Amino acid sequence: MERKIRVLIAKPGLDGHDRGAKVVARALRDAGMEVIYTGLRQTPEMIAEAALQEDVDVVGISILSGAHMTLVPRVVELLRANGQNNVRVFVGGIIPENDAAALLEKGVAAVYGPGSATSQIVKDIQDALIGAAA
Amino acid sequence: MSLVEALLAGERLALARLLSQVENDTPAGRAGLDALYAHTGRAHLVGITGSPGTGKSSLVNQLALALRRPPEGTPPLRVAIVAVDPSSPFSGGALLGDRVRMRDLSGDPGVFIRSMASRGALGGLARATAAAVQVLDAAGFDMILIETVGAGQSEVDIARLAHTTLVVEAPGLGDDIQAIKAGILEIADILVVNKADLPGADNTERALRMMLELANPGRDPHEHQGWRVPVLRTVAAQAQGIPEVIAAVQQHAQHLRSSGEWHSRDRARLTHELEDRLRSTLAEEFHRRLPAADYEAAVEALLQRQLSPSQAVEKLLRQADPARSPQSGSSNG
Ligand SMILES: Nc1nc2c(ncn2[C@@H]2O[C@H](COP(=O)(O)OP(=O)(O)O)[C@@H](O)[C@H]2O)c(=O)[nH]1
Ligand SMILES: [Mg+2]
Repeated sequence: MERKIRVLIAKPGLDGHDRGAKVVARALRDAGMEVIYTGLRQTPEMIAEAALQEDVDVVGISILSGAHMTLVPRVVELLRANGQNNVRVFVGGIIPENDAAALLEKGVAAVYGPGSATSQIVKDIQDALIGAAA
Repeated sequence: MSLVEALLAGERLALARLLSQVENDTPAGRAGLDALYAHTGRAHLVGITGSPGTGKSSLVNQLALALRRPPEGTPPLRVAIVAVDPSSPFSGGALLGDRVRMRDLSGDPGVFIRSMASRGALGGLARATAAAVQVLDAAGFDMILIETVGAGQSEVDIARLAHTTLVVEAPGLGDDIQAIKAGILEIADILVVNKADLPGADNTERALRMMLELANPGRDPHEHQGWRVPVLRTVAAQAQGIPEVIAAVQQHAQHLRSSGEWHSRDRARLTHELEDRLRSTLAEEFHRRLPAADYEAAVEALLQRQLSPSQAVEKLLRQADPARSPQSGSSNG
């Protein structure tokens, strides 16, 4: 059985819609990935726990609430503490440039603004994982 | 420490990783299953099937919650959940959304939830679901709840895998006998009418009871091999009717054990698995030793109508083993 890229799409924070997260989830599915969708209002602890149980390769965090500087590094920290050192974390949302740079510094693999094409996200994941996965 | 050792020591990351290996049918996954097999056979395997949208995931969430917080005096069970969703036949990808309904369970180290894509299998489970369940069984979970795709023509796979099968129906999907999928009575040990808060629940329940009666005319309408299939109402969205379902699941386990059916179901399932493996392994091995030219020649002989398929098999077997007596198993292989 061929190996599939597994991705967790999570939506932390209190803001109440997940349209963006669902669009990304569908795009990744249509690119042949297995996407675990966890729903709204996830805490960093919930996200890390689901990422572990599902043994995902990638965690995508969709965030609009402005709390990214606390929530996202916390997710990365928890993943690493659980031993998931190779899991790639990407973030989508409205994130100021300075913050984006700081997140990359803290171990986030990529940050996508509202105008990003889903095809770019697909391509980045495939580039990072196919070949590395052997 | 190997993955298997780490898993047996209770490491959740090792469990998650071995599940992936097993799901991808890698050599490490197969070796893991071999090593873990002696540790399996303890868990109560409970299937939850029913059409999409009837509330299977919501019910699984409530069942697991209740099993984790039992009434005083009973110990909480360790619960694993395997939730299968369909893969897209076009991209091979999948959107696995069952966890959305199971957020109440997060943070509990006595619960482990794994989503699985069906990867082209049609019977409501993935090909690797049974193996994944074995891994969870070996990891020490007392009860394993297996949520099927629910959209399959027949959901017989789950009845074969699980000790206890719940079939979930809900009003609003059409409330008459015709709307209820054929074949569910053959697999249901417990029937659940979920969304009992919605109008039409009475009709759904009545239709199910009528089906049970039609299936068993003249006898206790619900009885099957000493087990009376209960029809239970729940509102999974509001945690109503859950203790009754748990009680029925546990009574069913007791019934299976006291009637000897636990053993005979295990036996049937394992025999089936052995048969399956034997067939695929023998065929693979035979192919590996068979010269490609002989195989091609056999196909050609079929095309030319010189040999029938069973004669062609006989010929290939004789080529592989000249000592084989010519008549053995000739036409019914
Ligand atoms: N009214 C009502 N809705 C419910 C109930 N249980 C689940 N639902 C809703 O039914 C929908 C499908 O539920 P889900 O558990 O995902 O169903 P599944 O596809 O069978 O796993 C969701 O919107 C649930 O909130 C219930 O008891 N009553
Ligand atoms: Mg579901």
